[in-house]
Amino acid sequence: MTTLLDVRNLTRSFGGLIAVKDVSFALAKGRITALIGPNGAGKTTCFNLVAGALKPTSGQVFFKGQSIEGTPPENACRMGIARTFQIVRPMRDMSVLENAMVGAFSWTRNVSEARCTAYDSLESVGLAGKANARTDQLTMPDRKMLEVAKALSTRPKLLLLDEVMAGLRPTEAVSVVQVLRKLAESGLTILLVEHVMRIVMEVASTVVVLHHGAKIAEGRPKDVVADPQVLESYLGAGFHA
Amino acid sequence: MLSLWLNVLASGILIGLVYGLVALGLTIIFGVMRVVNFAHGEMVVFGVYIGYWSVRMWGVPIIAAAALAAAVMFVFGYFLEKLIVKRFVNRPHHYQFIVFIGLSLLFSGILLVAFGPDPRPTASQLSFRTVSIGILTLDLARLQAAGVAGLLIAMLGAYLKYSSFGRSLRAAANNRLGGLIVGLNIPRVYAVTFGIGAACAGVAGALISPLFDAQPYLAMDFTLLAFVTVIVGGLGSFGGALLGGLTIGVAEAVAALMFSPSMKTALPYALLIIILIFRPRGFFGAREI
Amino acid sequence: MPEKFNKAAETKRWIAGALVFVILALVGALSNSYIVSLMTIVLLFTFMGQSWNLMLGIGGQLSIGHALFVGLGAYSVGVLYIKYGISPWIGLLAGMLVAGSVGAVLAWLSFRFEVHGIYFALLTIAAAEFARIMFSGWEFVGAMQGLFFPAPTGEVDMSMLRGGARFYYFVALALAAIGIAGTELISRSYLGYVWRAMRDDDEAARALGVRTFRHKILVISISAASAAVGGGILALVQGAIFPDSIMGMGISVDILIGPVVGGLGTAFGPLVGSLAAIPLNHLMGALGDSLGIPGLNNIAYGIVLLSVVWFLPDGIWPAVVRGYAAIKRSLFAGALKLRKAEE
Repeated sequence: MTTLLDVRNLTRSFGGLIAVKDVSFALAKGRITALIGPNGAGKTTCFNLVAGALKPTSGQVFFKGQSIEGTPPENACRMGIARTFQIVRPMRDMSVLENAMVGAFSWTRNVSEARCTAYDSLESVGLAGKANARTDQLTMPDRKMLEVAKALSTRPKLLLLDEVMAGLRPTEAVSVVQVLRKLAESGLTILLVEHVMRIVMEVASTVVVLHHGAKIAEGRPKDVVADPQVLESYLGAGFHA
Repeated sequence: MLSLWLNVLASGILIGLVYGLVALGLTIIFGVMRVVNFAHGEMVVFGVYIGYWSVRMWGVPIIAAAALAAAVMFVFGYFLEKLIVKRFVNRPHHYQFIVFIGLSLLFSGILLVAFGPDPRPTASQLSFRTVSIGILTLDLARLQAAGVAGLLIAMLGAYLKYSSFGRSLRAAANNRLGGLIVGLNIPRVYAVTFGIGAACAGVAGALISPLFDAQPYLAMDFTLLAFVTVIVGGLGSFGGALLGGLTIGVAEAVAALMFSPSMKTALPYALLIIILIFRPRGFFGAREI
Repeated sequence: MPEKFNKAAETKRWIAGALVFVILALVGALSNSYIVSLMTIVLLFTFMGQSWNLMLGIGGQLSIGHALFVGLGAYSVGVLYIKYGISPWIGLLAGMLVAGSVGAVLAWLSFRFEVHGIYFALLTIAAAEFARIMFSGWEFVGAMQGLFFPAPTGEVDMSMLRGGARFYYFVALALAAIGIAGTELISRSYLGYVWRAMRDDDEAARALGVRTFRHKILVISISAASAAVGGGILALVQGAIFPDSIMGMGISVDILIGPVVGGLGTAFGPLVGSLAAIPLNHLMGALGDSLGIPGLNNIAYGIVLLSVVWFLPDGIWPAVVRGYAAIKRSLFAGALKLRKAEE
């Protein structure tokens, strides 16, 4: 098992508030890891720290052995880290295909190559049929998948998904799960921030649980779910399994 | 030497109060509606012409002309918002800018057609009289303008703070959606806001008509002056507009003394560039636009 | 705008474009001198409008101070030619360098300090006005009295870019063609995609690897350099350079009216827009002069801008394209119905 991403003692405070406290974990290559925790646990902050959108107050993030904390997003992307946004951000005046092409220009300047890559990305998320549509014609699940397709075009080694299931109905979520499984099978390492536990159970091979900014558990989904500390963080003290 | 400097400073402060009034109009519009009124200078010039007209045609004192300007420009602003501006409030910034450039062209065109390009001096009874206070010798016209402007600024401040409609304005500025939810009549708030902004510009224009000859080409200078003032003070901040006005007024006066007259006109722009780069929020402005 | 990758439609577009230019060339060869002069200005502003269009329509950066770059180009050509006898070709190159650098510096300063959107637009105005005032007081470039080119002899001298009115018409036509072709090519290159992504959503573009800081500086420099070329030729055409006219707000407005009216972000927009707006401006100006009522042209411009933003916010050209497509569809449907009726 090779480690693609190594997070060590990551801490981030905003003024007096410590959002992420001394968090460490490692992502194995080719696996899907989920980052979970109750609201306010620091998941999104942690996510943004890894993605380069925020600089840590202290701690380090190693990607393929290189330390990357504080790298601007565009450089992190070129190193192989791609991210999606929780509130989808399609480029409004460009078609679906064009949206998917942008990411490819992080590694090529050839327009046809970018176009081919874009088609492939759209295919892997099931949007190939809507390539020429305008983004405002897409349904919500499609927009989420477009976010993923855009990220895929950058040919990432690590894909960071920010609550990709949020707002999806169960049937829609199922197709997303299939997409994620296929991506992991192809060798992509995925870190998911998720609220929807059922999905986490189905898709993740490792789960990291945050609470009040600190890591309280890490392991296989069924082990984590039985962990008393985790249960307490979600359900409150005084709960016995 | 000292008396020269003091006089220059005093003169700068006086005109600064008027600039503050102009800037206040602009900043209120921006603060409440998030709209950048690029035609603000034209509204000031409308005021200048109203001043010119009233004094020349009817021989009324400037104060009356200012009152007339307030009324006329308020109505003008109100209906301009209702008929035209409201349709562009939520469009991307560059549309807004273009709409207002269109409006400013239209207005200056109308002024040119109505009054011609030649400057029209408003020689009022006050124009050349001065008053002496200690070592200071102040233009009576300037003093009056500053006094009325200062009074209006205070009144507007009180209105915004204490009246119920004033509170609606502040609420709408703070949170449009929230305002809608609690039942604020946002369209009316916006129209009144624009009216107030236009009125501020118009009154300021009428007040300074003894000091500046009325001509359509003044408009651009006023627009940019208003912007510099507002940005120095902070876009959307009441106190900022006042402080900005005083700063610019004094800076201009000092610059005219220390450098050549042409530098005086360049100063606001240099200041704008520097402020935009190093502290775009100005003294008290909001972080985001 | 979504590009449909259809070879036949593609070739048709290039042919249509070429046709337009053939027509314009004929206009230049055959019309009277008034039309030639007017159309020269239209074509020059088409070219300069294209440069502005590149910056906003594709790059997403609004500038209302493009007169700065136009003026820098004009003065570069003017000073080098009038004072030192150096060919305007060199002057144009110098202008591009100067304007491109000034644009890059302005952009670098702004984005380094997070000056965006409206604030950036205000910065461009302030920079242009500041430069205008400075140039008005600078003796070396003629201050308020300006610089005058020697009267044209009417003989064409390519090395010195001198000639009669018709000569400059074709220079302007060439520039307009370069502008349109250039915009199209950039639009379809990787720069086009990356810039539009940057325009639509800066943060999302960065997450996709776009180095938006660099690209913003790049698009602004290129836009500035092109505007400078337009300015240089404009100076040659007008025969004189005055700071108030070449660096004034009027020029900035004249530049933006073409793309806004014609169609922001499109290749043909600035041409259509300039064709519509500039002759109107001149007509109104002439009308005003003859009637003794100045300001009619301002009113006309104001009404045109407002009408376009109100009724056709995308501009005239996209509306024409949509109309054409709708007509084709209804004709096709009509033909289909006819066939069915016959069966």
